[in-house]
Amino acid sequence: MADTDPRPRRGDRSLWNWLLVVPVVVPLLTFLFNRDKPRLAGFPFFYWAQFAFVVLGVVCTAIVYLKTRRASRPAGTKEG
Amino acid sequence: MSGSHLTEMIVFGVLFLIVSVMGFVAARWRRPTTMQSLDEWGLGGRSFGSWITWFLLGGDLYTAYTFVAVPALVFGAGAAGFYAVPYTIVVYPLVFLVLIRLWSVSHVHGFVTPADFVRARFGSPLLALLVAITGIVATMPYIALQLVGIQATLEAMGVKGHLPIIIAFAILAAYTYQSGLRAPALIAFVKDALIYLVIIVAVLYIPHKLGGWSHIFGAAQAKFDKTPAPGDGTLLNANNQLNYAMLALGSALALFLYPHSITSVLASKNRNVIKRNMAALPAYSFVLGLIALLGFMAIAAGIKPITSNGKADGNTVVPLLFDHLFPSWFAGVAYAAIGIGALVPAAIMSIAAANLFTRNIYREYFRKDASDSEEAKVSKLVSLIVKVGAVACILLLDPQFSIDLQLIGGVIILQTLPSVALGLVTRWFHRGGLIAGWVAGMAAGMWMLYRIPNPVTHKTHFGGSAYPLTDLGFDTKVTVYAGILALLVNLVVAVVVTIVLKAAKTADGVDATRTDDYYADEGDPKVVRGTREVEEELAT
Repeated sequence: MADTDPRPRRGDRSLWNWLLVVPVVVPLLTFLFNRDKPRLAGFPFFYWAQFAFVVLGVVCTAIVYLKTRRASRPAGTKEG
Repeated sequence: MSGSHLTEMIVFGVLFLIVSVMGFVAARWRRPTTMQSLDEWGLGGRSFGSWITWFLLGGDLYTAYTFVAVPALVFGAGAAGFYAVPYTIVVYPLVFLVLIRLWSVSHVHGFVTPADFVRARFGSPLLALLVAITGIVATMPYIALQLVGIQATLEAMGVKGHLPIIIAFAILAAYTYQSGLRAPALIAFVKDALIYLVIIVAVLYIPHKLGGWSHIFGAAQAKFDKTPAPGDGTLLNANNQLNYAMLALGSALALFLYPHSITSVLASKNRNVIKRNMAALPAYSFVLGLIALLGFMAIAAGIKPITSNGKADGNTVVPLLFDHLFPSWFAGVAYAAIGIGALVPAAIMSIAAANLFTRNIYREYFRKDASDSEEAKVSKLVSLIVKVGAVACILLLDPQFSIDLQLIGGVIILQTLPSVALGLVTRWFHRGGLIAGWVAGMAAGMWMLYRIPNPVTHKTHFGGSAYPLTDLGFDTKVTVYAGILALLVNLVVAVVVTIVLKAAKTADGVDATRTDDYYADEGDPKVVRGTREVEEELAT
C-alpha cells in the first residue's frame, strides 16, 4: 500500500518516519504471537502480546512526533 | 420489572439527561460570532486543541456498537474477534503522514469533506460524487447500528418497545441541529470518562469474582472445544490467521476514509494536534482490548444471550454480564456509558453525511453559488433527515439488515482509498482510471460478499466478510478479507486504465492544489477563491 509507505517527502521529510513501519507491520504477523505460552498473569501470550503492541505503537508514534514536530511558527517553511 | 432494573434505569436516565443538557449548552461553548457556516456548525470552527480532539476522535472512532459487538464476537468466536486490537494499533502509524497532508490541504482550500478534496485534486465532479455517495451509503447503516448499541442496553434493563429509542434520537437530533460538532465534542468528555471508569472497574472486579484470568480463559477454551464450529477457540488456527491480519489491515485502511473520522480530524487546529493524537489515541485501543475480553468473562459467568424471535442476540451478552455481576447502580452507569457512547458517533456521523450532501451534491449540482449560511442551513436539515432514516432503518427493518449493510460499508468505503488516500500522496492517477477502479472494486466487493454464506445464521449470502479462496478455485480452507481483495482489483484497474488513458493522451482534470498546500499549517494563508475559480484560472 502506498499510503503505508512513509517515503520521505519535501516538507515532511524525515528518516524518523520509518519508525512508523514497525507498529504497522508487527501486529499483523500473527505467527509471532499466535501461541498460548508463556502466560502472563493468566493471559495467554496471544492476548498480552497484543496489549504490549499497543505500547509499542504509542512509543514509536510518539518518537516520530517528537522528532518531527514543528515550532508553532513559522509554519510551511521548507526544510533545508 | 424488578427493583434493580428500576435503579439501573434511574441512573441511566439521570446521566442521559445531564448529557442532553450539555448538548444544548454546547452551542455557547467556545462561542463563535456566527454559527451560520459549515466551518462553525460542521467543524467546530476548526479550532480544537489536543485534548478536545483526543476525546472527540476517541468518542467518534470507538463507538457504542464497537463496545457491544466486539465482545459479542469474542463471546461467539474467540480469538478471531480480537482483531479489533491490532486494527486499532496499526491504524494510527499507518495514517500519520497522510492525515497531516489532508489537514494542510483542507486548511488552505477550506475543504469540509473528503469529496471536496477529490473534486479539487482531480478536477472531476463525477469522481467527487462517487466518493460522496460512497461515504453517505457507508455511514448510514453505521448510524443505525449505534441504535443497536442503545437497544441492547435497554433490553438488558428490561425496557420493551421502541419509544425510548425514538425519544433518545429526537433529543440527539435537536441538539446536533442547534450546536453542530460542538455537541458531540463536549459530550465526548462524559462518554469517555464513563467508559474508562466502567472498564477499569470491570477488569478489576469481574475477574476477581469469576476466579481469575486463568479460569476465564480456561472456561472459554472449554466452551469452544465443545462447539462443532472449526474457526473458534482462544487462539487462531491455520485457516483464519491470514484473514485476521487482513481484516485488521483492511479495517485500519478504511477507518479514516469514513467521512465522520475526517470530520473530527479537520476540526483540529493544527498539524501537531493530529500528530500528538496519533500517538495518544491508542489508549482507547488498550481499553477496547479489555472490552473485547468481556466476551470471555461472559462465557465464564455462564451468560446466555437474550433470544428474540428464536435468534440469540449476541449483542446482549455485555449488558447482561453487567446486570449479573455489578450492583445495580453501577450497572446503570455502565449502560449509560454505552448509551452515551452511541450518541457521540451518531451525531458526528450525521454531521459528516449531511456535509457530504451539502457540499458535493447540493452545491455541486443544485446551487452552485450557495452562501455559507445556506450551506449550514441545508446541512442542519439533512442531519435531521439522516437520523430519522437511521431510526426508521432499525424500527422498520430487521436490525440484521443494518449489520449486513455496515459490513458492506467497510468494503465499499475502502474503494475510495485510491482517490482520497493515494490522491493525497500522488497525482499520478488519471481521473478516468480512478472512476474505472472504483466501479471494478465495488463490483468485485459486492460479488464476493454475495458469495459468502454463514452456516451459523443459516444465511446463504452476505454472511460475513471472510471470503473463502475455494470460491476462486483454490484448494484450500484459507479465507481472506473481501475488502482487501476488492481494493486490489480496484487498484489494478485504476493503474491499467490510467496508463491507457495517459498513452491515449485523454484529457485529465485540473489539479487545483499546489505541492506547498500539503505542508501548510495553522496561520498560513488560505485560498479565498473556491475550487472552481482556481480551475478556471489554471485552465486559461
